[in-house]
Amino acid sequence: MRIDGKGRVDRTRPVTYSFDGVTRTGLAGDTLASALMAEGELLLGRSFKYHRPRGVLTAGSEEPNALVTVRTGAQADPNTRATVQELYEGLTAVSQNRWPSLDFDLLAVNNLAAPFLGAGFYYKTFMWPKAFWEKLYEPMIRRAAGLGALSGAHDPDRYERAFAFCDVLVIGGGPAGLMAAWAAAKTGADVILCCEEPEPGGRLLSEDEQIEGRPALDWVQETVALLATRDNVRIMTRTTVTGAFDQGTYGALERVAGHLPEADGLPLECFWRIAARRAVLAAGALERHVAFRDNDRPGVMMAGAMRAYLHRWGVVPGQSVAVFGNNDDAHRTARDMAHAGVDVVALIDSRHDAENRAGDVPFYPGWQVARAHGGKALEAITLRAPNGRHEKLAVQGLGVSGGWNPSVHLTCHTGARPVWRDDIAAFVPRDGAVPGLSVAGAARGTFDTSGCLRDGAEAGLEAAQALGFSGALPHLPQADASPYRLRRLWAVAGKGRAWLDFQNDVTVKDVKQAAAENYVSVEHMKRYTTQGMATDQGKSSNVAALAILADATGRDIPETGTTTFRPPYSPVAIAALGAGAQGMGFAPQRFTTSHKASVAMGAPMIEAGLWYRPSYFPRKGETHWRHSCDREVTMVREAVGICDVSTLGKIDLQGRDVGAFLDFVYTNTFSTLKPGRVRYGLMLREDGHVMDDGTTARLSDKHWVMTTTTAAAGEVMRHLDWVKQAFCREMDVRFISVTEQWAQFAVAGPNSRALLNGLLDSPVDDESFPFMQCGPVTVGGVEARLFRISFSGEYAYELAVPARYGASLFDLLVARAEGMGGGAYGMEALNVLRIEKGHITHSEIHGRVTAFDIGFARMVSGKKDCIGKALAARPGLNEDREELVGLRPVSAGHLIAGGHLFGEGAEPVSANDQGYVTSVGYSPAMGCDLGLGFLRNGRARHGEKLRLVDHLRGVDIVVQVTDPVAFDPEGGRLRG
Amino acid sequence: MVELNALSACDGLLPVEHGRLTLREETLGAITSLAPFKGQGKALSAALQAAHGVGFPAPNRMEVSGDVACVWTGRDQAFLLGPQPDAGLGAMAAVTDQSDAWAVVLLSGEGAEDVLARLVPVDLRPAAFPLHAAVRTELGHMAVSIMRIEAGLRIMAFRSMAATLVHELSDAMAAVEARRRLS
Repeated sequence: MRIDGKGRVDRTRPVTYSFDGVTRTGLAGDTLASALMAEGELLLGRSFKYHRPRGVLTAGSEEPNALVTVRTGAQADPNTRATVQELYEGLTAVSQNRWPSLDFDLLAVNNLAAPFLGAGFYYKTFMWPKAFWEKLYEPMIRRAAGLGALSGAHDPDRYERAFAFCDVLVIGGGPAGLMAAWAAAKTGADVILCCEEPEPGGRLLSEDEQIEGRPALDWVQETVALLATRDNVRIMTRTTVTGAFDQGTYGALERVAGHLPEADGLPLECFWRIAARRAVLAAGALERHVAFRDNDRPGVMMAGAMRAYLHRWGVVPGQSVAVFGNNDDAHRTARDMAHAGVDVVALIDSRHDAENRAGDVPFYPGWQVARAHGGKALEAITLRAPNGRHEKLAVQGLGVSGGWNPSVHLTCHTGARPVWRDDIAAFVPRDGAVPGLSVAGAARGTFDTSGCLRDGAEAGLEAAQALGFSGALPHLPQADASPYRLRRLWAVAGKGRAWLDFQNDVTVKDVKQAAAENYVSVEHMKRYTTQGMATDQGKSSNVAALAILADATGRDIPETGTTTFRPPYSPVAIAALGAGAQGMGFAPQRFTTSHKASVAMGAPMIEAGLWYRPSYFPRKGETHWRHSCDREVTMVREAVGICDVSTLGKIDLQGRDVGAFLDFVYTNTFSTLKPGRVRYGLMLREDGHVMDDGTTARLSDKHWVMTTTTAAAGEVMRHLDWVKQAFCREMDVRFISVTEQWAQFAVAGPNSRALLNGLLDSPVDDESFPFMQCGPVTVGGVEARLFRISFSGEYAYELAVPARYGASLFDLLVARAEGMGGGAYGMEALNVLRIEKGHITHSEIHGRVTAFDIGFARMVSGKKDCIGKALAARPGLNEDREELVGLRPVSAGHLIAGGHLFGEGAEPVSANDQGYVTSVGYSPAMGCDLGLGFLRNGRARHGEKLRLVDHLRGVDIVVQVTDPVAFDPEGGRLRG
Repeated sequence: MVELNALSACDGLLPVEHGRLTLREETLGAITSLAPFKGQGKALSAALQAAHGVGFPAPNRMEVSGDVACVWTGRDQAFLLGPQPDAGLGAMAAVTDQSDAWAVVLLSGEGAEDVLARLVPVDLRPAAFPLHAAVRTELGHMAVSIMRIEAGLRIMAFRSMAATLVHELSDAMAAVEARRRLS
């Protein structure tokens, strides 16, 4: 119900929303939880395991119970905490984990089966038969026990990632955080203040307190206004700092559009990475429950949350309430509720010597609440007097406080453990837990407002001073300085189930049972009972659970220790972490200059690393890729073909020592190469295996250009950098990638020279431009480079022009080629052409082969050293190896890459494996499939027949071993 | 004689505008990488100064004189932006034409830094990244060179990635504008 004159909601602005299909009205400024409470709706969800009715427990992001699914369809967002979800016009929310309805949930029978469903139930019950787990038990349990469901549809919402930088990051917008930000900002330091709520103020928003003799919120507003005028301060609201990482990096989740009816281009959430030179943690504290029988009835909530609902939203859980605590702070709830006109039936304080600080309310010092009554809503509580007498009181709400736990989470994210403080019965951060992070206010156990203000000011100033800024401590306003007194109480003794972890349905008995079954380590207890493993990470139950474990195992709390706090502090959507990486956003796309023309010609584009390359160029009447491929191969062999080879890596090398450098990088000698000439080279990794191959041209005395494969362009560039810096520092060599500078096209086939001579400003002939020649040419006045090299085995050239002319040159080359009975060819044809010639690609040099394996042992020069040479000579790398061979089918059926080779009579099992197939293609020239592969001692086995088997694809054929070079083995065609 | 037509790297992609933010392609003239040969650093800087009025830039800086700029792009490496390089530089440095290798775009307007804060893990606010500051970093998954000039923030990315570059920037510009509408 709503209380007149209370709360910070706007009573002039009603907001329409729906919950479980019922249209309702709240007020601007409400959360979903407060709006429902205003209408007397306390039942918000069903528990995970037993499907017990549950209501709101807290007023913040630590909420374990009130999880709902907001929005609908593909935009549905499950497990949203109703306590955090701000109300907006048209908000749609539904409850979760109930069937058929929240009010009547059939799976509540689990609750009756509770004696069988205790700690370790799954481990004990579903052990056998083994096969049942995956097929039966797990799906069944998942359906019965659960949270909200994903829509299964593609998430249409926008998410964002961003970076921010500051001198001092202040985490938390309460009194300590505001003072820290102000103290640091005054020194001139660059400050970011992150606050989880829609507005700064922290705990002050939820209390009735005075600062400097005026309402505390006046001071908050003035301070925020002061901060906002400074250009060295950035206030980030609705932003939860979720993790502390190395070197001053913090993760933070900003809720951007989740409180708005229309996103209008905004992301739902933004995940920030904040690099802070120093940070002040002022994240406050979280209140903890006391375990007693049926303490989970809707209407039982944290005492501090009850005050928050009253002061922030003007709502209370009912007309009559009681308050139960073990500390002075709980008395505030009784006092404030009474002031607001709510009937406070009892203030129960477990301390027999407690004084009533709540004014004129029935006071029960030394008493405890032994039981809550009711089903879907709290109806009454049973009190137990010090002498054991019981008394039952009718109530609609019960505020409970077992004390406060400082929010130490972030201080533990890099491995530190918190320290136990007996006087407040809580863990506090260890000093220096995270380098550069200090802690202020309630987060380090300072609970009074006056202390928080002082703490914050000191921490903020100290952080700025550590960075070299100077300033004085700001004026410390007068504020409440009441001491925080408590006597520990974790659980009230008695029969029945007393709940600790509401989200995972863990009771006091479960923890004791874990201890009895020897799960005495806190980490084991956690996993055995699942306490603290839900989405709230046990924020309101961890300390009580380990205190009970400590008691059950006869140890003290510090000795028992805590479980590990890990990021994120509160749930972060994967969509936010991976923002921008959906679909094609996953990686950049690299397009060649001929891309548009290729697409216009109907070529299906295939990915080659980040590049897109044409697979084939279909022509009219061609209904299968093989038609196009066969035609393109024949075209190259008989006329002329054009292929964009710009994706190959190109590295420009200059300097006096390039020759010597290349001799060290390549297995063969390059220093003897004459200007104007090109040589094929092989490169090894340090471990002696083949890294890459390609041609390098010597353009002039000191100027060279290396080509790499498309796949290894980046790797080779990095390799050269490393070799230069690590081993060749004294050499005069400089290099830079020119892959992007040049658009390069293969012009291959018997008509290639004729085609080129129709384009080049001065024609070339075989005498001036023999095989493996290179040199400058001009095309339409544009300076270009011509290379007489061939991957296809045909008489061929590669022509390179500055990339701006690439599209134009490609169009021209293709038009000319088509006029000569040729045309463009794609990757499929390129592959067939090179297989016919036995040329290797990274299908063959896949990282596990040596120069010996591919038959290039003689390319490792004996006259000089090179990278990889020593390790290539290791025993085992030069004898009894799987060697490169060619393969042809003998029986019917097609060759298949990935298939394995076996002796003709041998059973196709691993023990009989003789090798494998790496590349296959249909050769129109040879009229059959051709393959390349690796076969044990294969070079000595040409002519042998073998069995090619692919179990996965059901292939089993007979093949013959051949030389890898099937077409024009003498190479007469490419020399012309 | 045949005729080859030149296309710029961002042909058909730019300009793009979102509210107060604009993204357009820049035409810089020549882009030439300069990497001094062994022991030639000072000589190169002097020769550059004499020929083009700019010295060899310190790391993370660019030297500017009129329409000529020389921007640091890596260890012992800088790009001369604008003029055709003086032929004499080749004696002191590896001189490599990079004019066609880069998509060069200019992001300008209020909030340009906020746009890049969504893509680039470097503090580019004016206090940390003042006029003529330069950095080699990543934008999304792309290696880029970013520099601040009077007109805004200049970004250079691989030519082949121009489409992704424009897409990423345009998306971030729209998001920043959406936030401005909110406030």
